[in-house]
Amino acid sequence: MADTIDVDGKEFAVDEEGYLANLNDWVPGVATVMAKQDNLELSQDHWDIINFLREYYEEYQIAPAVRVLTKAVGKKLGAEKGNSKYLYSLFPYGPAKQACRFAGLPKPTGCV
Amino acid sequence: MAKATFKVPVLSQYPEVPAITPGSMAHSTPFQAKPEFQAALGFPGELVENWQERAIEKMGELLTRYRSLRVYLDACVKCGACTDKCHYFLGTQDPKNMPVGRQDLMRKVYRRYFTVAGRLFPKLVGAEDLTKEVLDEWYSYYHQCSQCRRCSVFCPYGIDTAEISMAAREIMDSIGVGQKYCNEIIGKVYTVGNNLGLPGPALVNTLEGLEEDVFDDTGVHVRYPIDQVGAEVLFVTPSADFFAEPHVDGLIGYGKVMHESGLSWTFSTMASEAANFGLFIGSYENMRRVALRIREAAIQLKVKRIIFGECGHAWRVGYGFLNSLAGPWDFLDPRYPVPQHICEFTWDLIQQGRLTLDKSQNDDKVLTFHDSCNVARASRMGDEAGGQFEIPRAIIRATCNHFYDMDEETIRDRTFCCGGGGGLLTDDLMELRVKGAKPRMEALNNVIQEKGVTHMAAICAICKTQFSKVLPFYGMEMDQIISLHQLVSNAIVLTPREDDDDGDEGAQSRAENADEPD
Repeated sequence: MADTIDVDGKEFAVDEEGYLANLNDWVPGVATVMAKQDNLELSQDHWDIINFLREYYEEYQIAPAVRVLTKAVGKKLGAEKGNSKYLYSLFPYGPAKQACRFAGLPKPTGCV
Repeated sequence: MAKATFKVPVLSQYPEVPAITPGSMAHSTPFQAKPEFQAALGFPGELVENWQERAIEKMGELLTRYRSLRVYLDACVKCGACTDKCHYFLGTQDPKNMPVGRQDLMRKVYRRYFTVAGRLFPKLVGAEDLTKEVLDEWYSYYHQCSQCRRCSVFCPYGIDTAEISMAAREIMDSIGVGQKYCNEIIGKVYTVGNNLGLPGPALVNTLEGLEEDVFDDTGVHVRYPIDQVGAEVLFVTPSADFFAEPHVDGLIGYGKVMHESGLSWTFSTMASEAANFGLFIGSYENMRRVALRIREAAIQLKVKRIIFGECGHAWRVGYGFLNSLAGPWDFLDPRYPVPQHICEFTWDLIQQGRLTLDKSQNDDKVLTFHDSCNVARASRMGDEAGGQFEIPRAIIRATCNHFYDMDEETIRDRTFCCGGGGGLLTDDLMELRVKGAKPRMEALNNVIQEKGVTHMAAICAICKTQFSKVLPFYGMEMDQIISLHQLVSNAIVLTPREDDDDGDEGAQSRAENADEPD
């Protein structure tokens, strides 16, 4: 994994696992570039999740618990989307890890 | 699912001992801890200048402090009984993942510096200098041991490779070579209170959400209190239970059991973590510091009892060492064990007939049970030998109609590790984790084929996460692993309370009462 990523000609430092080194650096282009590296193209569905993660982090300084996330998604986008399967269909490496990385959040640590 | 960048083992119907492939996992090495993570734990930030001298000195100290370590390094007669017992060897074929191979990485250095023959005739007795190459090999292969102790069950001398791995990690930490995953996490326990780094407000928000969910689901106000001074019971559980799936479904179950018990209880933001990664890195000082948070929380909250949630190594630390690390517990109610396991607590209530259980609620599942290594081989439950095997199974039988055990060679004290224990549950070791899961996947696959098993229950946060990640590599579904207390949660028939008619007053009144004695 490179130590920087290039977003519209600007360099952003990332750690060895590809997470943004300085969370305040984040711009939407970071998510687009990281997604491209993972062979994903971001749709509005992805952005809904990324934006929710950023809002929650802003308030609580941590990514939302999976259940908090699925519930919020279910309320906003309909019950059929309020589950982990839907989130994994968007983020195959897992909402907690991959979506957080795109959103510029630190990696959740521990037994998760 | 993430795509595999390595060859996923093929499952077979019968366990096969593979031919060895030397060096097949020599490339496996986890990220090293940054200087700031090291400093928080009292370790040097990077490899110190006179590292060799300091490492030998540390080894000498550990040999004196833990006599068992010296016995283990002296006692091996190379009988070979352990060679096919480690899941990492069976999954990777690397002979350095044979328990004896792993032990020998330290044994050769021990002989060189701490035995007469090794000092005088190193080559004759397989003694070697501690070179940078040897250190690198230590870092790689002592992070390919999940400290599950299965090998020690089969060793005629009872040599415990886990203890050797722990000592090796402690030596490496003392010279500035730490593992990122473990050491960053321990630092978060010190600064935030749990492995995940969940601050108090996030915990409160998450628990309020669960109260709403359970009310919507059942029409009964089940409380998930936190920092409630004067509660009877302090509930200490791995932070993954608040955060991840399937863990949270188990946590919902704990709350329902507590509701039915009628006891007042509380989580604590200070002790919002049962896990104690100090064990994994062999650091008594860090293990003690992590354990003392529980004591402090118990004193502050004026509780009478402590119950632990589903966490394998936390139960080892809790059952085996909590008294010497953080005791005496003379301020707690002496009629109950300190700590008590949630399975012991639930089983007691079941035996007393105090839980109404509707087994048919789990009729969509056929269950098997994965014995977690630290519970199985390093602790006990209840007051009879083997309680740690029987009590979880008894709870499953009381809550489900369909249960089958996996092959006897792979359960109870011979259980195979999930492949992610001992501080290895990190993405940078995914190849090792997938390969190490092979023996368990094989046994699971066999009961799926033969008995129609649909789900495997476990009582350890690491096991649950590990399986949810590795099951898809073997063509199974991530949600086939579930929390044992999720089964209880499904089956339990809740007793309504007076305030169950009024919508969301529960969360509110809980917040108002947060600081008052019960």
